[in-house]
Amino acid sequence: MSNWPLLSITTFLPLVGVFFILLVRGDDDGAKDNMRRVALITTVFTFVISLFIWGGFDPQNPGFQFEESEAWLGGSIGYRMGVDGISMLFVILTTFLMPFCILASWNSIQNRVKEYMIAFLVLETLMIGVFCALDLVMFYVFFEAGLIPMFLIIGVWGGKRRVYASYKFFLYTLLGSVLMLIALMAMYWDAGTTDIPTLMAHDFPAGMQTWLWLAFFASFAVKMPMWPVHTWLPDAHVEAPTAGSVILAAILLKMGGYGFLRFSLPMFPLASEMFAPFVFTLSVVAIVYTSLVALAQEDIKKLIAYSSVAHMGYVTMGIFTMTEQGVQGALFQMLSHGIVSGALFLCVGVIYDRMHTRDISAYGGLVNRMPFYAVAFMIFTMANVGLPGTSGFVGEFLTLMGAFQVNTWVALMATLGVIFSAAYALYLYKRVVFGALDKESLKSIMDLSVRERVILVPLIILTIFFGFYPAPVFDVTAASVDALLANYHAALEAAQQTAMLAH
Amino acid sequence: MQAYTQLPDLMPALPELLLAAGALFLLMLGVFGERRITPYVTALAVAVLAVAALPLLLPVEFGIVNETTFDGAFVLDGFARYLKVLTLIGSGFAIAMSVAYARNANFERFEYPVLILLATLGMLMMLSANDMITLYLGLELQSLALYVIAAFNRDSTRSTEAGLKYFVLGAVSSGMLLYGMSLVYGFTGQTGFGPIATALTQEGGASIGLVFGLVFILAGIAFKISAVPFHMWAPDVYEGAPTPVTAFFAAAPKIAAMGMLVRIVFDAFEPVTRDWQQIIVFISIASMALGAFAAIGQRNIKRLMAYSSIGHMGFALVGLAAGSQQGVEGVMIYMTAYLAMTLGAFACILSMRRKEGMVEDISDLAGLSRTNLPMAVLLAVIMFSLAGIPPFVGFFAKFYVFLAAVEAGLYPLAVIGVLTSVVGAYYYLRIVKVMFFDEPAPAFLPMPAELKFTLGLSTAFVLLFIVFAGPVVELAGAAAGTLF
Repeated sequence: MSNWPLLSITTFLPLVGVFFILLVRGDDDGAKDNMRRVALITTVFTFVISLFIWGGFDPQNPGFQFEESEAWLGGSIGYRMGVDGISMLFVILTTFLMPFCILASWNSIQNRVKEYMIAFLVLETLMIGVFCALDLVMFYVFFEAGLIPMFLIIGVWGGKRRVYASYKFFLYTLLGSVLMLIALMAMYWDAGTTDIPTLMAHDFPAGMQTWLWLAFFASFAVKMPMWPVHTWLPDAHVEAPTAGSVILAAILLKMGGYGFLRFSLPMFPLASEMFAPFVFTLSVVAIVYTSLVALAQEDIKKLIAYSSVAHMGYVTMGIFTMTEQGVQGALFQMLSHGIVSGALFLCVGVIYDRMHTRDISAYGGLVNRMPFYAVAFMIFTMANVGLPGTSGFVGEFLTLMGAFQVNTWVALMATLGVIFSAAYALYLYKRVVFGALDKESLKSIMDLSVRERVILVPLIILTIFFGFYPAPVFDVTAASVDALLANYHAALEAAQQTAMLAH
Repeated sequence: MQAYTQLPDLMPALPELLLAAGALFLLMLGVFGERRITPYVTALAVAVLAVAALPLLLPVEFGIVNETTFDGAFVLDGFARYLKVLTLIGSGFAIAMSVAYARNANFERFEYPVLILLATLGMLMMLSANDMITLYLGLELQSLALYVIAAFNRDSTRSTEAGLKYFVLGAVSSGMLLYGMSLVYGFTGQTGFGPIATALTQEGGASIGLVFGLVFILAGIAFKISAVPFHMWAPDVYEGAPTPVTAFFAAAPKIAAMGMLVRIVFDAFEPVTRDWQQIIVFISIASMALGAFAAIGQRNIKRLMAYSSIGHMGFALVGLAAGSQQGVEGVMIYMTAYLAMTLGAFACILSMRRKEGMVEDISDLAGLSRTNLPMAVLLAVIMFSLAGIPPFVGFFAKFYVFLAAVEAGLYPLAVIGVLTSVVGAYYYLRIVKVMFFDEPAPAFLPMPAELKFTLGLSTAFVLLFIVFAGPVVELAGAAAGTLF
């Protein structure tokens, strides 16, 4: 298998599923079930194929692996694919979560099933492409094109204010990324190529780095999302269908962090150093402020959305500490948050499917009728809080440790967020699960079905497994992160020396 | 110089001659034939356009052949070939798309395809013009034919109003163009593009009189491509004219006028690049901004397309503003993409027909994804492409023009351009929203075959451009290279 273009196969395999779904005729229940099955089989199969990438991945090699290169737009803009320790796990995360999304939509999506499944499969292709692309233009194409299926998913299958939320999602993200487009053109003219490894080695002039960094920041900060451009996220999360929220929280948000690691740090080291305090400020504000906002929410999904913003604050903070712990922690935090927040939205989906409301006040005392659900929800809540023994702890702890080395005040303020997150998460849990079951509508609510257990149990296992044994992740990422930081510090030193010589 | 008794080399002008002969023949056929002969005239007109394209396509290497004739007044280079083929495609599809409409709307008259042939002849002349006089001849032939077909539905007040408005404003712009040409002639003593450039180089810059001439010429051409501030005719004419005519106006004449503009500024005014560059930058920004903001409030889809086309001309001009070969390449890719998207969009607009007749409101598209999913999906693809979202062709078109602008260091222009494209995305999204998110309106009648064909072909191009982008870009680059 080693000579196969594994990355391209993984990326475009979901489109094969799209083709088969298009072949399914009719609109009756049988046809719908067939479409669901095709989508599920495709996503599972894609996951299995993607495991070969992990299997063949050489953790000692800090560079890009599984590289593919074809001519595309002529000149030096080509079709290039490849993964390194930073991007490989995101590919796996994406393919891993997709089957759960399909399963979670099994019963809750009843109208326009065909379009729904197609949108999800196309979205999967585009998301995997973002993490595999080794050409800046290709990256941009995948990055932007992902807006289209998500726009439709929110707009067609969303809640009451879906139109507003889908517009806001689309235009906000687009506005951020068009500036990145201009920046990538400027980079093309400066370096003569859009090949990402070449650009990483290219020294951009210091003055230019500042502008380029800001343009990329505009895109990634919105995608991340960082305070104060996070406001599209709660709307999008609340209105999106369950699977859409899962994808949004678990994968799409990670593109921002991935972008910082892939572009901002290695390509614009001087600017990154210069803007690090700025990022710290925004991250700390995000952690503290959005945690407090989460405390006041009445809507379960909105609360989790705000908690996502806060958790992404740890990620940006960790990345810009430029320490081994910080960056590794940020990466781990992204992967862990992908699993945990995805699982939390799935948990919300479980009760939403039964009651069709997300108001916290509509629930209470669920533990009496749904013991399994209560256990699952508790584990994910604890992981969200960052309780030791869950995967949430590892990332948060490492980023805080990284921050402590760089700036104690930042670490101190960010640690406040840990306390706040415990407050809002436990408060949510108490209101939804504990208490007396006195609401008439809840008296007949059923516990997890087999399908729901199949969805949640693997996620529980992973959450706890990575909490106790995060080594598989760090083994993969370590070499690439080390190389990234070594290059980064070398570039800073070189710049300092030139500055010294100039004096 | 040779004696003028000798006939000039006619081979480079073969497509034009074919069109002229074809138009005259079809006119005769129409006049002397019965009324039922009209469908044949229409079919033959498309065939004439296809035949005219053959000599342009045969030597496929665009860069090699560079012929001039008529004492240098007429030039056939790769640039002209490329855009002529696009123009012929636009005209051919415009005629084909009118068939079903003509059958249903008492529009079936043989003059229509003949007039389109004559207009196309004028456009080909514009693209090959290497002399002010040739340019004006081509432009007027085109414009006069267009004035007539704008008012073609003579029993409709809206159509005649559109025709009259177009005629009056068009005459003003032609006057400005002529005045500019006479000023340029007065200050350089030349009408040929090459000699003008030589005279300007010798003079070592532009005198104030020449700048005036340049401004008048650019104003006249800006009118033809409906660029701000000479755009005001476009929405009214687009809305008033019969829909197939609008489809024609939106595609072929824009390509021809844009090609003409590119040639005149590079061949005649190359030595004063700085002078026209700032004008183009202004026109470009104004068009992009107006196209984006003014379209937001539109309810009529034809009016919306008018503003959209104003905006797109602004984007294409971004490439021209760069003033480089890279920029011309961008303009050509942009016009290619624009042609495909416009034809596709109008194929959908022409299919908006219910039992009671044609409808033109955006709200009539409501819930199209439930009543006619394929059409909704294809139109959505075109809308996303018009908005410039990857992976569709509209993104690559914008990519290449902005790439040229960034190379030329025009950062403010590029940033303003992408920001207006975000504003523009709003109204394209609105159409997608109406089709996919809203409750269905009554279904349209089934699409006629020729519209299905046009829509399918243009969407295939929009969708698959990403796969074969390399060859197209190379071709456009080679064609652009012949201008320099």
